[in-house]
Amino acid sequence: MQGLKARALELLNDGTVSRVLGWKIGENTYDPEPAFFETAEAMEQFVYNNFCAANLSKYMIEASKLEGKTLVCLKPCDSYSFNQLLAEHRIDREKAYIIGVGCKGKLSIEKVKQSGLKGILSVTDTDPLKVETLYGDAEVAYKDAMLDRCHVCKGKEHVVYDELYGESEDTSDADRFEQVRAIEAMSPEEKFAFFQAELSKCIRCNACRNVCPACSCRKCVFDSNKFDSAQKANVDSFEEKMFHIIRAFHVAGRCTDCGECSRVCPQGIPLHLFNRKFIKDINALYGEYQAGADVDAKGPLTSFTTEDAEPGVVSQGGIV
Amino acid sequence: MQRIGVFVCHCGSNIAATVDVKKVVEMARMEPGVVFADDYQYMCSEAGQAKIGAAIKEHNLTGIVVCSCSPRMHETTFRSCAKRYGLNPYMVEIANIREHCSWIHKDMQEATEKAVILARAAIAKVNLNAPLQAGESRVTKRALVIGGGIAGIQTALDIADAGYEVDIVEKTPSIGGRMSQLDKTFPTLDCSACILTPKMVDAAGHEKIKIYTYSEVEKVSGFVGDFTVDIRKKARSVDATKCTGCGVCQEKCPSKKTPSEFNRGLGNRSAIYTPFAQAIPNVPVIDREACIKFKTGKCGVCEKVCQAGAIDYAQQDEIITEKYGAIVVATGFDTIKLDKYDEYAYNQSKDVITSLELERVMNAAGPTKGHLERLSDGKAPKEIVFIQCVGSRCADARGKGYCSKICCMYTAKHAMLIRDKYPDVNVTVFYIDVRTPGKNFDEFYRRAVEEYGVNYIKGQVGKVAPQPDGSLLVQAADLLDNRQIKMKADMVVLATAIEPDPSVRGIATMLTASIDTNNFLTEAHPKLRPVESPTAGVFLSGVCQGPKDIPETVAQAGAAAVKVIGLLAKDKLTTNPCTAKPDELLCNGCGNCAKVCPYGAITYEVRQINDHGIREERRLATVNNALCQGCGACTVTCPSGAMDLQGFSNRQLIAEVDAICR
Amino acid sequence: MSVNEEFRPKIVAFCCNWCSYAGADLAGSSRLAYPADVKIIRVPCSCRVNPMFILRAFEKGADGVILCGCHPGDCHYSTGNYYTRRRMTMLFSMLDFIGVENGRTRVEWVSAAEGVKFSTTMNDFVAKIRSLGKNVRLGDLRCKD
Repeated sequence: MQGLKARALELLNDGTVSRVLGWKIGENTYDPEPAFFETAEAMEQFVYNNFCAANLSKYMIEASKLEGKTLVCLKPCDSYSFNQLLAEHRIDREKAYIIGVGCKGKLSIEKVKQSGLKGILSVTDTDPLKVETLYGDAEVAYKDAMLDRCHVCKGKEHVVYDELYGESEDTSDADRFEQVRAIEAMSPEEKFAFFQAELSKCIRCNACRNVCPACSCRKCVFDSNKFDSAQKANVDSFEEKMFHIIRAFHVAGRCTDCGECSRVCPQGIPLHLFNRKFIKDINALYGEYQAGADVDAKGPLTSFTTEDAEPGVVSQGGIV
Repeated sequence: MQRIGVFVCHCGSNIAATVDVKKVVEMARMEPGVVFADDYQYMCSEAGQAKIGAAIKEHNLTGIVVCSCSPRMHETTFRSCAKRYGLNPYMVEIANIREHCSWIHKDMQEATEKAVILARAAIAKVNLNAPLQAGESRVTKRALVIGGGIAGIQTALDIADAGYEVDIVEKTPSIGGRMSQLDKTFPTLDCSACILTPKMVDAAGHEKIKIYTYSEVEKVSGFVGDFTVDIRKKARSVDATKCTGCGVCQEKCPSKKTPSEFNRGLGNRSAIYTPFAQAIPNVPVIDREACIKFKTGKCGVCEKVCQAGAIDYAQQDEIITEKYGAIVVATGFDTIKLDKYDEYAYNQSKDVITSLELERVMNAAGPTKGHLERLSDGKAPKEIVFIQCVGSRCADARGKGYCSKICCMYTAKHAMLIRDKYPDVNVTVFYIDVRTPGKNFDEFYRRAVEEYGVNYIKGQVGKVAPQPDGSLLVQAADLLDNRQIKMKADMVVLATAIEPDPSVRGIATMLTASIDTNNFLTEAHPKLRPVESPTAGVFLSGVCQGPKDIPETVAQAGAAAVKVIGLLAKDKLTTNPCTAKPDELLCNGCGNCAKVCPYGAITYEVRQINDHGIREERRLATVNNALCQGCGACTVTCPSGAMDLQGFSNRQLIAEVDAICR
Repeated sequence: MSVNEEFRPKIVAFCCNWCSYAGADLAGSSRLAYPADVKIIRVPCSCRVNPMFILRAFEKGADGVILCGCHPGDCHYSTGNYYTRRRMTMLFSMLDFIGVENGRTRVEWVSAAEGVKFSTTMNDFVAKIRSLGKNVRLGDLRCKD
């Protein structure tokens, strides 16, 4: 981390970049936050540890409007989001100086808590995690504290960067579509019960929308009157019920499966399941597609072949 | 708030017998925005229209809903009616209560209920209608034809005869195209050159036609009526204004080892050459890759022998920029490469040739002066095998899925001509099906079989194997007799599939004309607009659109010309106002809308914008109204809802949904 | 009398102007009946139909939504229905995923000449929706207590 900080400082001091986009140290090891650093003094607060899970690519939309270059730290999976934003002209490659930072799977304090530990006072980001609690010290295996999304890691390669810092590791050890398949196997009643239970938790805080690098619209369709027929009341109930489905549809073919939506949801709704269902269907019907892997690739919903499957495939045994 | 008038038509008894029109009127009156509602026997009649007009005036209507027959029937009628009475024609909506209601339902209550709902949906929509104005754009009265084969020549001649300027751009040194390479044409057996050359001469001499040979289209911008095109005129190294076409340079040129493109590589040409004797223009070009002067700096023979002093080694490519109102693509075809068809031994034996090569062999100006002989040893063949469908109707990826259409007929022609001139030569044709749908085509094929004794065998050839004695062993299956055939042949002729000339891809991209998986250009409508590309102002002529023979090509060339003339005859074009329109405050400039636009109507530009006090430069989608046809594909692709379709806006359609589900 | 015989579903049919709307007109002029439950909305092309319209219909109480367009390859705008095909496959699959019976959504390609097909399609679709009964799910996707 010190090396990364030193290199960032060097680039800030020699004027290569005007600011650094990274993580700021929190109260604890486990709560670093995304932050811009514009001075060497501010850089004191810079941190990069295994809890730095946030995908910083979306901040580059605003950073692209600022004077000078922004140094941005991107983990391998974040680099896909960056590329996707680049493909959609939402950010300016010339305004970014990308340090591809190493990642060996990111940790989640929620996962530590799920291991049954209470009264956590401090926690390390080491393997294993050393946890100090009100009731004594404990250890949690690194893999067990890893974010769900890291178990379906996209790999250790950065798809875009200016320089690399640190080692990465492919931490995937799970089937990415296992949960989607489990739901697909349910009856309509079970499926509906599952999603109704999950979506009923939603408090419409918009955290998922705000963090999503694919949800990059200047103004969300739900915030404009473009689909409002007459009364605001109509829109509210429509939005209320359909928000997550429409959001998932809007990012279908553009979502890199970065998993930020589920990570930030304060209610713990597995929102990534919607996106992953689309990804699974797209892969099955239109060929394997990873948004952000190739800036020049044609998106699956903005292209077609004359031989595509008919929508009837859904009622004829589903998309396998 | 709109002031809406609702007019319910009885259509005699067509509607009124099943729909309680009075009830519809009564219910419509209760809908928001409706200030007037009435019914009448025949709304489309003069009296009915007068009734609408009177109501528009009397009630200051801002929108009207006509509950009547299908909008496909009378939308235009009621729009012009509205216009006559001072209402914007796009403030009219039709509720289809005849085709979609009274004619299909028997129960009066049920039909009336439905009619009320359909009226309600139309009222909800018109509440959100906005007046639309058809735009205008200018027309440059000049056409560009890309490709100088028979398709391009015919199109150009027809356009020019109507009095409009036409430019032909041809990439080879002469116009004439594939047809100039053919010996005879089916089913009349007249000489190809004899019917083509006069047309070439006509085109060259026409005061309205300008021909750019050895030239290529490099860049296209603009839209229907107003295209700007850059044409690269490649350096000929010969000054066309001085050259007399005497041909001495070609005779004296010491570099004579370049395979002749015109003779399909069966003979050689010199480095300075005209492709064939009747070439137009009759001005040679120097092939700089073959020319000793260009390669080594030494030689210069042509310059020395040219009496006219026309040789100009320093000539440079020239870019010509010209404006056009319409563009016709007539890029034609080539035969497919046979690399993947090893079983026919095309690359192993000189005596296995394509049908187009046979045309050159049979032609008096060809490599064998028209004598039928084996290219390996010059001997006269006694046994010739023709193989049909080589790469056509091919299920696997090696060939083409489509039928090349012309092969059955030219093979019959070849077989007949050979049997006629060399009665001692046996001719066998292996075919999958013989397809002869055309005037005098089947008669022609039957003559080949019945009068000329051509041996047709239904079956596919599995292998052609060159033998040590120089003959070819043909192994095939006879599907009708269900037996294996092994026969020796002296020559094998492959009816090779045709495909669009490879240059068409780049041209289609420049024109934003769509292309299918086989690289054929797509028509605007396969049945009803077969010579128009979906891109307005771009027309299709000849094989670039699909396989076709000469008469079909000429017919299509004429049809394309008529469409061009129809366009150029206008001074201004009115544009459909129901086009896509982006809200610049919502547009992300993400680029997805342009990807799904079939017309290339969407471009992006960086513009200064004032978003509630925030001034910034943004990349924004711009729709060219002259190109947009109003399909709406972009509106759904746009995640922010910035792109909307005028006349079928998101809010209008949602209002209809709401009204129906209410 | 069973419940389903009484049940009159709300069905929204989006039809493209060039093929399917004309097909519906032909069904009408040929007097080929189908239930009055079907209400047609005219759109220029099937690709104009935003998934939001379909969700909106369900949210407002539609029991089934059917989308009709030109046959693939015959689109008036040449490629519109190819996008429709992908979008609707994705949307329908998602609706199925969250437990909305997949029989409630359908895409059918109906040409201007296929009045008979239009009528049989609508008869069939209505029968299907009647057998499924009232759609409550999308209107009740989020349990508010």
